Amino acid sequence: MGILEVKGVNKRFGGLQALGDVNLSVQEQTVHAIIGPNGAGKSTLLNCLVGKLIPDTGSVMFDGQSVLGRTPYEINQMGISRVFQTPEIFGDLTVMENMMIPCFAKRDGSFSMTAFAAVRNQKDIIEHAMHALEDMNMADKRHMQSASLSRGDKRRLEIGMCLAQEPRLLLLDEPTAGMARADTNNTIDLLKQIRDTRDITIAIIEHDMHVVFSLAERITVLAQGTPLVEETPENIKGHPKVREAYLGEAQV
Amino acid sequence: MFGLEKKDFTLLLIVTVMVILAPFVLNPFPEGTAMAQMFNAGYPDLMQRFAIFGILVIGFNILFGLTGYLSFGHAAFLGAGSYAAVWMFKLLGYDIIPAILLSIAVSGLFSLAVGYVSLRRSGIYFSILTLALAQMMFNMAYSVLGNPSSSYNLTNGETGLQVYNSDPQVLLSATDPNFPHLFGLSMRSETHLLVGNWDFTLNAGYYLSGLFLLLAFYISIRIFRSPFGLMLRAVKSNQQRLNYTGLNTRPYTLMAFVISGMYAGLAGGLLACMDPLAGAERMHWTASGEIVIMSILGGIGTLIGPILGAGFNEYFKNILSKINDSVLHEWLSFLPDGFEDIMVTLIHPFVGKGWHLTLGLLFMMVIIFLPGGLVEGGQRIGKLFRRKKADAPSDETPAE
Repeated sequence: MGILEVKGVNKRFGGLQALGDVNLSVQEQTVHAIIGPNGAGKSTLLNCLVGKLIPDTGSVMFDGQSVLGRTPYEINQMGISRVFQTPEIFGDLTVMENMMIPCFAKRDGSFSMTAFAAVRNQKDIIEHAMHALEDMNMADKRHMQSASLSRGDKRRLEIGMCLAQEPRLLLLDEPTAGMARADTNNTIDLLKQIRDTRDITIAIIEHDMHVVFSLAERITVLAQGTPLVEETPENIKGHPKVREAYLGEAQV
Repeated sequence: MFGLEKKDFTLLLIVTVMVILAPFVLNPFPEGTAMAQMFNAGYPDLMQRFAIFGILVIGFNILFGLTGYLSFGHAAFLGAGSYAAVWMFKLLGYDIIPAILLSIAVSGLFSLAVGYVSLRRSGIYFSILTLALAQMMFNMAYSVLGNPSSSYNLTNGETGLQVYNSDPQVLLSATDPNFPHLFGLSMRSETHLLVGNWDFTLNAGYYLSGLFLLLAFYISIRIFRSPFGLMLRAVKSNQQRLNYTGLNTRPYTLMAFVISGMYAGLAGGLLACMDPLAGAERMHWTASGEIVIMSILGGIGTLIGPILGAGFNEYFKNILSKINDSVLHEWLSFLPDGFEDIMVTLIHPFVGKGWHLTLGLLFMMVIIFLPGGLVEGGQRIGKLFRRKKADAPSDETPAE
C-alpha cells in the first residue's frame, strides 16, 4: 500500500479522454517519476492529485484518506506540497517573507487572524524560516525582492517553501522546464540532496530524461492518458513500449 | 513604542503633529486678505473632511492596497454608517458614542454580506459585483426605503435623514447641547486664537475626528506589520501559491473587506456627528469612485498615502470650486483688457463648477508621472536631497 494510491481515474474534456483508467501507486520515501510524451495527460493527472481538477471516476487516496472533493489548501494541509512548472512565488515580497508564509501555514493552519501582533516578534517563525533558507543556501539573499531572483533561485526558493512545510509528499511538475543546463544540474543536485537527507516521498513529472534517470527509483510511463509500464529506470531504457510511445522524439 | 518599529513610530508621530497643528499650518494667510479667502484651509468644516476622508481611505487601503481587491462600492458603507448614526441621534439623543458604535457595527454587517457575495470572484468581476451591490443599496436608500409616507421610512429618501423635534431622543437631557456632542462637548464648539491678523479656529469636531484618524492610522500600521497583513500582501502577489501553501484566501480577503467596511462606517458616523444629516448621495457610485481616486492619488499600499490622497483631493476640490469668473478677472487684471477676457474664458471651464476637470487632469498627471502616487513623489524628492548631501548612492531600501 503506497502513500499515494490512484485507482481507475478517468478524466474527459469534451471529446478528449485526457486520462483513461489510470492506476498508480507511489511508495513511501521513494522518488517516483511520471514521464510521457506531450499530451500524455501528465499535468491532468497532477491536477487531479492536488484538487485543481476532479476526476470523472476513480479514487485518489493519500495516506488512506481520499483527496477528492477537497480544495488545494486542504490537500496541502494533509501533507502534499506542489512545485509548479514555472516557479510560483510571491514576487512582491522579500525572500524571507516568502519563506515565512509556509511557516505560518504550518503553525497556524489555513486561516488565523493575528492582525495585531508584529511579524518581527514571531521568533519561532523567523527561526524556522531562517533554517529553511539556510537549507537552500539562500540566507544571504533574504532581503532581496523575490521577483528579482534568477530563474534557478526562484525554483530553489519555491522548493524550499514547500519543504518548510515538512510535507510527506512533494509533487514536482517539470521542475527543470525552460532551464539552462547549469540550472538544471543544480536543481537535480538539490533534489538528490533532498531525497537522500529527508524522510520524504517525491513524485516528479518530467519531460527531460536526463533528470528522470538521475533521480527516480520508479518510473511510470504515461501515453494517451493511460499508464503503459511501471518499472525501474534500468528496465525502462530499453523497453519496447516506451520506444514506441516516444517514437519521433529524442532517443531514450 | 506602542509595539511599533522606530520608523513606523516616527511616521505616527509626524501624523500626530500634523493633526495637532493643521489649524495653524493650513491658515498661512492673515484674515481678510484675498489669499486667505482663497487658499486658507484651516476652517473646521474642511479640516473635518480631511480627517474623516483620511479614515475612509486608510480603511480602503487595507483592502485595496494590501490585497489588490478593488472595491467600487465602499461609499455604500460610508452612507450606511451615516444613516445609523443619525438614527441614534433620532432615537437616543445627540450623544455621539452610541452613534459611532452603531455606525461601525452596521457597516461591518453590510460589508460582511457584500464581501461574502462579491469575494467569490476576483479582478474586474469583483469590482463589478461591489459596484452593483452598492448601487442597489443606494437605490434602496434613495427610494424604496425612503418613502416618507410608508411605515418603514428608514432613510427619508431625497430629503435625507435628519433629526426633528418630534423624534423620541429618549436619553436627551435638558443640559445637553442641541447638536452631536461628546459628554456635553458640542462638536460645533470652537475656540478662536487671534494672533496678529491671523484667526486660528480650534474646533472640537475636528480634533475628535483627528483623534479617530490617529487611532485608525495606528491600527492600520499594526495590521500592515502583522502576519495577517503579510498574508494579505501574499494574496495580492500570488493567490495560487497561497492556496497551494495550505492557506485559505477567502477568510483573509473577507476579513480585510469587513475591516475596511468598518473604517468606512466610522467615517460615515463621524460625518453625521459633524453635521447630523445623512443623504443617499453619499452612497452613490461616483462617491465610491472618489475613494478609489484618493487612494491612488496618495499611493496604493503605502501607510501615509491615504492621508495625503484624501487631503490633496479635498483641498483642491475646495479651492478650485471657489474660483469663479470675478476672482479670475481680479487675478488677471494686470493683463490688457481684451486679453484678460480671453484668458478668463479659457480658464473658466477648469474652475468653479468645472473643478472636476482640473482635478481629473491632476489625477492623470499623477498616474502618468508618479504611478506610486504622492508618496512616490515624496520619495523622489527625498532621494534627490540625499544624493546632494552624500555623493555616494544610498542603499536601496524597498518602498514601504
